[in-house]
Amino acid sequence: MARKVVITGLGATTPIGGDVPTMWKNALKGVSGAHTLEDEWVAKYDLPVHFAARCSTPALEVLSRVEAKRMDPSTQFGVIAAREAWADSSITEIDHDRLAVAFATGIGGVWTLLDAWDTLREKGPRRVLPMTVPMLMPNGVAAAVSLDLGARAGAHTPVSACASGTEAMHLGLDLIRSGKADVVVCGGAEAAIHPMPLAAFSSMQALSRRNDDPEHASRPYDRDRDGFVMGEGAGALVLEAEEHAIARGARIYAELAGTSVTADAYHITAPDPEGLGATRALKAAMFDGRIQAEDVVHVNAHATSTPVGDKPEYTALRAALGAHVDNVAVSATKSQMGHLLGASGAVEAVLTVLAVYERQAPLTINLENQDPEIPLDVVTSARTLPAGDIVALSNSFGFGGHNAVIAIRNV
Amino acid sequence: MASNEEILAGLAEIVNEETGLATEAVELDKSFTEDLDIDSISMMTIVVNAEEKFGVRIPDEEVKNLKTVGDAVNFISNAQA
Repeated sequence: MARKVVITGLGATTPIGGDVPTMWKNALKGVSGAHTLEDEWVAKYDLPVHFAARCSTPALEVLSRVEAKRMDPSTQFGVIAAREAWADSSITEIDHDRLAVAFATGIGGVWTLLDAWDTLREKGPRRVLPMTVPMLMPNGVAAAVSLDLGARAGAHTPVSACASGTEAMHLGLDLIRSGKADVVVCGGAEAAIHPMPLAAFSSMQALSRRNDDPEHASRPYDRDRDGFVMGEGAGALVLEAEEHAIARGARIYAELAGTSVTADAYHITAPDPEGLGATRALKAAMFDGRIQAEDVVHVNAHATSTPVGDKPEYTALRAALGAHVDNVAVSATKSQMGHLLGASGAVEAVLTVLAVYERQAPLTINLENQDPEIPLDVVTSARTLPAGDIVALSNSFGFGGHNAVIAIRNV
Repeated sequence: MASNEEILAGLAEIVNEETGLATEAVELDKSFTEDLDIDSISMMTIVVNAEEKFGVRIPDEEVKNLKTVGDAVNFISNAQA
């Protein structure tokens, strides 16, 4: 019998709240974190997209100036979320050789990389900061969290585009089940609201261009959805072997019952139109957690609000859950905070854990005319989840054909 | 030409910006590594910022000889002369 893994700490910094209590309150109220960008570079480069969902609390309001100087913005968000999760777990004594980190990113230190390139071209090589490489490397956030907490059982960085944060949970579960660690700080961080990624995502027609109405631009499942909204931030969760948590009398939010990762091997960016890879991921996570379709009451969907992405996820959910999918409360929380890329899975894991713990599903906003081809029961007003034993799933899919699913069960 | 006092004050500001150390802690007899706990990466950032501030060039091979704040002040002062 595999070791049972539970969640004992939560942290987040997002466009709808700079900490978990604020984010959760807003997620149940239904707010938009998307706003018009006031940066001079929007006009300077004539970007086709003029808005994004920035973190509601700037990192420099939380970290000291000197601390922040040595971190890429993505690492700043990751450290903020990890510290909140760690404090929330109330762990005071730990064998640091048994504490690991699995902290993901989709893109990594893009601000640092491109700032250094600008400096090289404008001022020459002497002015390129000596901290440039450790700040831009994608493992920078995992390394910073490991340093901060003294985690010596390994610091890992799953990178699978927008599935990265969820894949970190998959890895964390494995590390504890296999006995390599007792506690793992999992998460994801991203800070890519920079003109280059905005231009690149825009070139591939992935971003919404609702420039005159940013708050209503992210509209998963709506007939008039036209792309995702770039978000930023981080989420973090403390995973712990159940016996370790019980021994110290910890507050346990929920069990991480099962996880899975699959690959489409279909197309580098387009999802398999039949959702076959996603279906296999859903079934594998349910098998891993010994979960029947009827146990599932809630899904935090990947649902980015792109015309092509939302429907295959529905197809996969119906294939994995059968007719029971009609009884499942589905939340598309990217409607509120945009798409946090490699951080999205971690933030959505935090929301899914809280949904099970608090028995409340977060809201989907901006759903005015539901796409008739996606007849899901979408949560658009306050919704209580049933009493008794329940399971919630959270899906993440990334460019490259990555599919990752986690299953959260009440304790 | 900056006086040695002005160079010290300017260096102290650069060290404060990089490390958060109080400017009063940056004294002539203090060792960058032993007393001020400045690692090699911070030291290079301080050197490059000092080059820009004082309009001098501090070659990479010279940096290891700048053990104390006073060494750096003297080097910058001579380089400006």
